[in-house]
Formats: sequence, C-alpha cells, structure tokens
Amino acid sequence: MFPAKFAYAAPTSLQEAVGLLEDPDAKILAGGHSLLPLMKLRLAQPKLLVDIGRIPGLSYIRSEDGQLAIGAMTTYREIQFSQEVARVAPVLVEAVHEVGDPQVRAKGTLAGALAHADPAGDLPAVVLALGGTARAVGPNGERDLDFDSFFVDMLTTTLQEREIIREVRLRVQPPGSGAAYQKFDQPASHYALTGVCAVVTLTGGTIGSARIGVTGVGPKAYRPTAVEQALVGKPAEEEAVKAAVQTVADGIDVQGDIHASPEYRAHLARVLTRRAVLQAAQRARG
Amino acid sequence: MAQTQTREVGLHTVTATVNGKRYSREVEPRQLLVYFIREQLGLTGTHVGCDTSQCGACTILLDGIAVKSCTILAVQADGADIKTIEGYAEANGKLHPIQQAFWEEHGLQCGFCTPGMVIAIDQLLQDNPTPTEADVRRGLDGNLCRCTGYQNIVKSALSAGRKLRGEEPFEKPDVAMSEPAVAGVR
Repeated sequence: MFPAKFAYAAPTSLQEAVGLLEDPDAKILAGGHSLLPLMKLRLAQPKLLVDIGRIPGLSYIRSEDGQLAIGAMTTYREIQFSQEVARVAPVLVEAVHEVGDPQVRAKGTLAGALAHADPAGDLPAVVLALGGTARAVGPNGERDLDFDSFFVDMLTTTLQEREIIREVRLRVQPPGSGAAYQKFDQPASHYALTGVCAVVTLTGGTIGSARIGVTGVGPKAYRPTAVEQALVGKPAEEEAVKAAVQTVADGIDVQGDIHASPEYRAHLARVLTRRAVLQAAQRARG
Repeated sequence: MAQTQTREVGLHTVTATVNGKRYSREVEPRQLLVYFIREQLGLTGTHVGCDTSQCGACTILLDGIAVKSCTILAVQADGADIKTIEGYAEANGKLHPIQQAFWEEHGLQCGFCTPGMVIAIDQLLQDNPTPTEADVRRGLDGNLCRCTGYQNIVKSALSAGRKLRGEEPFEKPDVAMSEPAVAGVR
C-alpha cells in the first residue's frame, strides 16, 4: 500500500515548519506511526508532509519547576527507558509500556499521540490524570494548552491548524501520592477498549484527592469529575471505591463496535476505575 | 506563490549506510523504507508481511533501534545507519548467534517472519541481556508467526541469550548438524 502522492519538506527550525503549515493541506510528520497508516489507507491524503524530525533539539526529557518537560520528538521508547520519568512520573512509564509493540514504541511520540487524539489511545488518559499542558508554537507565537480542555472530540484537539506541540509538560506525581494505569486492550491492536489512569493522594486513611483519566470509552478521553469528587473523604477500600466510581461513564456518549458494546465498555470503565484507584492508593501508602 | 513550490512532488535523494555499505538513490516522498531496501537496494531479506505495522516481518535496525520499515518513509531515513538481516551472518557465512540459535532450536518453519524475529530478538537482548521467557514473549509482541506457534522462537531467543552471554557454546554439541550452518548456501 502506498500513500497518495505528496510533497515532503524537512524544515530545520520550528519557525520554518510553522511557515510551511500555511498550506491548508499540509500535515505534520513526527514519528509517523499514526499518520502513515492512515495515509496508506488513503484515509488521510495530505498534499504536503512537514517532517519535524529534522529539527534539532526536540528530543529530550527534563524535570523543571515540579513539571516534567518532554520534547515533541521524544519517542515512547525514550520515555520507557528514562530514569527521570521513572523517578517523577512512574505511571507514564507504566502506560507507555502498553502502547503498540517495541518497534512501534521506537518511533511513535508522546506529543504526536496527543495531537492525534485517538479516542482509544493510552496516553490521553495519563495526561488528564497527571494534569499538564501542551506547549504549542504557531504563527502567533507560543501558548500552553491545558489538557483538561485539550481533547475536544474524536481526533480533535484545541490545537489550531498551524500549531505544533513543541513540548508536553506534565505535573510530576505529588509526594505521598500514588498512580496507576489499568487497561483492558483489544488483543490484536493493543488499543484500549477501556483504559483508566488514576492519581490518588491519601490523607490519613482516606482519599484526599483523586484525578482520573478515562480513554477508549467515549469519542474522546475525559475526566470523570463527579467520580473524582465522590472519592474525596472515602476510605481507600474496595466497597467504598466501588460505590464512588459507579457514575464514571454517565453522561458519556459511550462507543460500541464489533469488539465491545457500549454497555460492556461502561462496565469496563467502572471496573477499571475501581482497580486503578485502589492500586494508586496502595502505591500511595508505599 | 510559495505554496505551489513547496507542494512539488519532486524526487529526493536518500543516502544511507546499509550493512556497512553506502547507498544513494532517488525516491518519491511516498516511497516506504521497506521498498527502498527491497526494490531499490535489492536486499530482499526484509519482508513485507501485513504492510500495516503489525506483523514485524519488515523489522530492521535504524540507527541501532528495531523499527518497522513499512511505516517509515525512505526520506526519513536519509543519513541513517541501517542494518538488515543480510548484515547478520559474517562475510564467510558464519551465522550470527541468534541465527545459529534459530537453526538449532528449529525456530523457523516457512521462514517468512524470521528476519524480523531475529532483529526483534537482537533488540530485545540488547535491552535486556538476561530475559525471562515472559520477557521474550512480551518483547516479541510486535512480530507475528503463522507457522511455529512461537514455542521454538521463544526457545531460540533464550538460547541466543545464553550464547551471547557465553553460557552456551556457539554450536550446541548435542545438535547433529545434517548440513553446515552456512548462510546463502543452496
């Protein structure tokens, strides 16, 4: 399978790349592991590919000001083997392990996955639970897009047409917190039928705060804020958590396909949210 | 207007080192790396299986990292150092320890997936020189085999690990070799 014909440009600076995106039929190429399969199926037919892989200095992982900064071209593999990520946001390593397979992780990028916003991608759930921003550069300069409102719909984010994610900024896991990613995957594709990431802090024996990201259930990843609030003050125990997470798929346009009905996905969301919260609480206890 | 200029679907020159040899070829932007390797360089050991980045038959080392060459554009590999299955056996035909392990453990049947398996195992053993059986199965997540049921591939990977760690001789003494273990002999 070959993609439809396109022109290829390999800019050497982000400014140059933003300039090339003036073409309305241009697409950004990073790792290419979401875009190229779509192009081979001709579901995407950009006229111009702007390869940001030749721009120096876009591949890095560093902690600064309580945040983890990850460059646009940083691959899953680099995150998976990063001691810094393992230290400050181990749940990201846990989730990245769930993406695709080793070869795919060698090319796919975190920033690319977030910009692509696949409704069954693993990472949207994690960035929602950790909290943070996508630092984007566009024709009007730079701005930070909060992940809380970043995912708009299936394959749609608050990124404007000519904006490029330059850096992903994530809150590090707060001291005394625990986090976990629980996933039930489609066994052939490894995409999430449902995936839930929970970041939990404990106050005494009860849950002090919880942030939860859910993927694979609706047309976009989301935070079930009613569940997050219901968990506060509850003991981190099976029955209490189970009761608090029952509404996790309420009000969501739960998707159904040949792999899982909407009812089943909603069920998975409840089960995996309970497991993720309990596992995160367990880890918070240390 | 600048737009029409940037949209010109011209040919690009890709220069890459493959198995230690430098190659330069003209490619269309949409040329996939696997076809660059197979059809423009004539190195047909890298296979096209699913063509959808699932089966791993097209696995190569790109700048030392195992990747699926069906989901990379040739232009993305300009300037890269590539290793394909043809780069594994020595010039005199002596097999690479991973290939030798496949030979001894009967790790292949039809052989179609084998080049990708060998390279995925190379990466796996570089990342973790002492894998458990579970690590091997997990590490071969991106490679499909339709003959073996994987049992002997997993055995081959574990044997290759032992050979590379010096815990097992290059040639297992208990393997009766009906033919010499030489690549490229028909």
